[in-house]
Amino acid sequence: MSAEFRFDGEPVSAEPGQSIGAALIAGGRRSWRTTRHEGAPRGVFCGIGICFDCLVTVNGEPNQRACLTEAVAGDVVTTQEGSGHADLAC
Amino acid sequence: MPTSPAESGYDVAVLGAGPAGLAAAVSASQAGARVALLDSAARPGGQYWRNRGDTDSGALHHDWSTFRALRGELRGRIDHLAQHAVWHAEHDEHGLDLYALCDGAERIVRAAALVLATGAYDRQLPFPGWTLPGVFTAGGVQALLKGHGVLAGRRIAVAGTGPFLLAVAAGLAQSGADVVGVFEAGHPAEFARFPGALARNPAKLTEGARYLATLARHRIPYHRRRAVIAAHGDGELRQIITATLTREWQVVPGSEAPVDCDTLAVGYGFTPQLEIPLQLGCDTRLDGDGSLVAVADHRQRSTRERVYLAGEVCGVAGAAASVVEGHLAGLAAAEDVLAATPDPKRLRRLRRQRGSLRSFANAMHTAFPVPAGWTGWVTPDTTVCRCEEVDARTVEAAIDELGAADPRAVKLYARPGMGLCQGRVCGYATTCLLTAREGRTPTADDLRSVAARPIANPIKLGVIAAGQRTGPRTKPVGANCTELKN
Amino acid sequence: MAGIDLNDVVVIGGGVIGAACAYYCAEAGLRVTVVERGSPGGGTTSACEGNILLSDKEPGPELELALLSSRLWGALADRRGAQAFEYQAKGGVVVATTEVSAAGLAKLTVGQRASGVDAVDVSAEELRELEPNVTSAAVGGAFYPQDSQVQPMLSTARLLRLVREKGGRVLTATAVTGFLRGADGAVLGVRTNSAAVPEVRGKCTVNASGTWSGEIAELAGAPIPILPRKGFILVTEPLPRVVRHKVYTAEYVANVASSDEGLETSVVVEGTQAGTVLIGASRERVGFDRSFSLSVVRKLAAQALEVFPFLEHVSLMRTYLGFRPYCPDHLPIIGPDPRVPGLFHATGHEGAGIGLATGTGTLIAQLITGATPDLDPAPFRPHRFEEVAA
Repeated sequence: MSAEFRFDGEPVSAEPGQSIGAALIAGGRRSWRTTRHEGAPRGVFCGIGICFDCLVTVNGEPNQRACLTEAVAGDVVTTQEGSGHADLAC
Repeated sequence: MPTSPAESGYDVAVLGAGPAGLAAAVSASQAGARVALLDSAARPGGQYWRNRGDTDSGALHHDWSTFRALRGELRGRIDHLAQHAVWHAEHDEHGLDLYALCDGAERIVRAAALVLATGAYDRQLPFPGWTLPGVFTAGGVQALLKGHGVLAGRRIAVAGTGPFLLAVAAGLAQSGADVVGVFEAGHPAEFARFPGALARNPAKLTEGARYLATLARHRIPYHRRRAVIAAHGDGELRQIITATLTREWQVVPGSEAPVDCDTLAVGYGFTPQLEIPLQLGCDTRLDGDGSLVAVADHRQRSTRERVYLAGEVCGVAGAAASVVEGHLAGLAAAEDVLAATPDPKRLRRLRRQRGSLRSFANAMHTAFPVPAGWTGWVTPDTTVCRCEEVDARTVEAAIDELGAADPRAVKLYARPGMGLCQGRVCGYATTCLLTAREGRTPTADDLRSVAARPIANPIKLGVIAAGQRTGPRTKPVGANCTELKN
Repeated sequence: MAGIDLNDVVVIGGGVIGAACAYYCAEAGLRVTVVERGSPGGGTTSACEGNILLSDKEPGPELELALLSSRLWGALADRRGAQAFEYQAKGGVVVATTEVSAAGLAKLTVGQRASGVDAVDVSAEELRELEPNVTSAAVGGAFYPQDSQVQPMLSTARLLRLVREKGGRVLTATAVTGFLRGADGAVLGVRTNSAAVPEVRGKCTVNASGTWSGEIAELAGAPIPILPRKGFILVTEPLPRVVRHKVYTAEYVANVASSDEGLETSVVVEGTQAGTVLIGASRERVGFDRSFSLSVVRKLAAQALEVFPFLEHVSLMRTYLGFRPYCPDHLPIIGPDPRVPGLFHATGHEGAGIGLATGTGTLIAQLITGATPDLDPAPFRPHRFEEVAA
């Protein structure tokens, strides 16, 4: 039973037990974040939760490691810009 | 304050549910200990036995039957505390406390003895363009395939050094990926210098030969003394530049050749995860592959009382060695806590196996070194610290202009290692950039300063603050995390 | 190799104080060699937040030194470029969360203004304009536009680089093992553990070894009462600008002044150029115990959340600790040691080392060259403890 979640509004399908990162890659997407200084694109690098490159915002919660976070049906996943905490900025 | 482990918690806690941890948990529990097995992942297996869950046939795996047997034992006296990410550990005269995050809340697990089986992760050497999407660690490509059934890309190059590259390439080939080549920076014929190690490990030879046969069958070239020295692409990987290396890993001028690909799996050996051993004050030393490892004796005891070590954490040696050491550590822990004497024949057999496997691992370390010359392929613009986007120019200025005389000073002046990964990815490379300038290689002291992390995982300030009222202690109930959550 | 030995000044310690002493001595035309056992700024300096504060000093010699130092840091930033030190003239905000502490603060600011510190009383509304993320429970506070911040280790390394550019020498990874003495007992320089440079001679030797300056002073037979006061700092994940100034609560001032051996904590929160937020502050006299303390970390986190509730959902990324060099009367030790000709001390700045470094360095240079000191050095004299004992 595959799970469907939304990434930046688009539907993405995930196999049971797949991480958000794996599902995004399977769907042809390699990056979903921009870095704080250069605005450079990043996606999965180490795949095992060590490098913190694959950060994505899930259901409003920023800085989730996409490679470790299991895709759950109905998740709302969005590209993360920089620190992911732009809402706190003053 | 609890007065005895029996009232307060477990006899043995095992941290890490990979080959070493599973074996330790099973052996300790079979010896009569009440065991908690903690791991940050939802399913047991660690990195080596990453799998799709109950539906996984094990086709992509090795020693699958070993894994299934160990996993089967978990339904006994072992509390498998999945999704427990341990960020801190402490030791007092009564026992050990593990502070974990489970589903956003704090959990404290107390035990009389602790087996640390926290494994290792790919070691990286930066090169221009390595931050492009499409560049993965070798372990990352493996994890995507074995754990999630996903091929990381279409045209995949595998590069770096070490026997792991063969396993990755073979697995990819068997799964239908177009692997354009394996680029081994070293010259593995070196390990023919260790006939003794090879003779004691015939299974390893056949394993290696099988991988090479798979590569040959799929017509995947295996290049020796070739490394990826640059990656190009606009927003994602399109091409790598490979080059020939000398024995000292200097690039041979004029040997550069482009290879079109959209995916690169790269790894230069492994770095053991030492946060918890270091927090507990375990001694560490430099191993033959240039990695910092925790010191374990013949019974897998660390230098701290009631703390045991098994697997990659005491030296990168592969899954078979991890399983053997796991059993030894579990038996030692049970003996020390419960006076459960292990069967001497079994001990002898395990030690013999460990001896053979470790000697093979040592031969591998010597056959696949990481000579200092690699820093020559780093350009001033090369990103050294991926998290904080610190380039080589800034790192070098910290050394040359600002006088950084040790890796910690480099970190504090230039910020490599100050981001979320806290130097896990760039620590070794940053240290090499410093030591290369001083005409030496990283020492244990150098690497200790980039390996120690009092906070092993980021944790919300709200959760830390809430724990001021003593956090919920996990007591043994023979259940898993779901049941304990309430 | 003649010429190498001809130093006017040897500075023991390449932390922020030693670097400032060396810099101002070099600026005064003196030939300087700094002897640092690790990397520049690798000791207590590396565990600091980089504060340059007027706001937390009670009127008296320390405030005078702080006023001088603050001006000098600003001048350094102007001359060398603020970016060289990551100098931010961000200002300080003190928050009161009860009417009682607000009243106490208002009394304090009267005295501060009289002493030449720009201290502005602010209402709860004005406080929220200054710090939009501050707790709604704040009843008022004070704003200090003159408070500023630098990156401490970077600044130290830059100062030492400037010393080199002026012809001075900076020996790193070189530890002092003893003193060179003349027949009359005067200090003529130091012995080191370096095979390449086993001795460094100088007419004046400055003990700027921070929390270890008591040990160094013992080697010279001139003991000074410097003890370590341990502190932790919490570092959050990188954030956009969420805290605009250095922010602390009224308890901080009382804390600094206390000599309690037990644990004292107060709230100190500030952003950094890199985007992380630093959370302090704790003080304990537990010797050089380098162990992590979960209870202290929890307390600092809990307190910080009370002032900045948004921190609840922000991750703690790392912690670090350091040992402030602490003097029993909470004043630094700056000046010549009358017991040992040729020996000077510049140490004991406790938690104010970064902020007071430039004034200290200037004073030392003036005392060595005989120029008129910018400040009366008497309150900082090294032998004041023996006077008390006598």
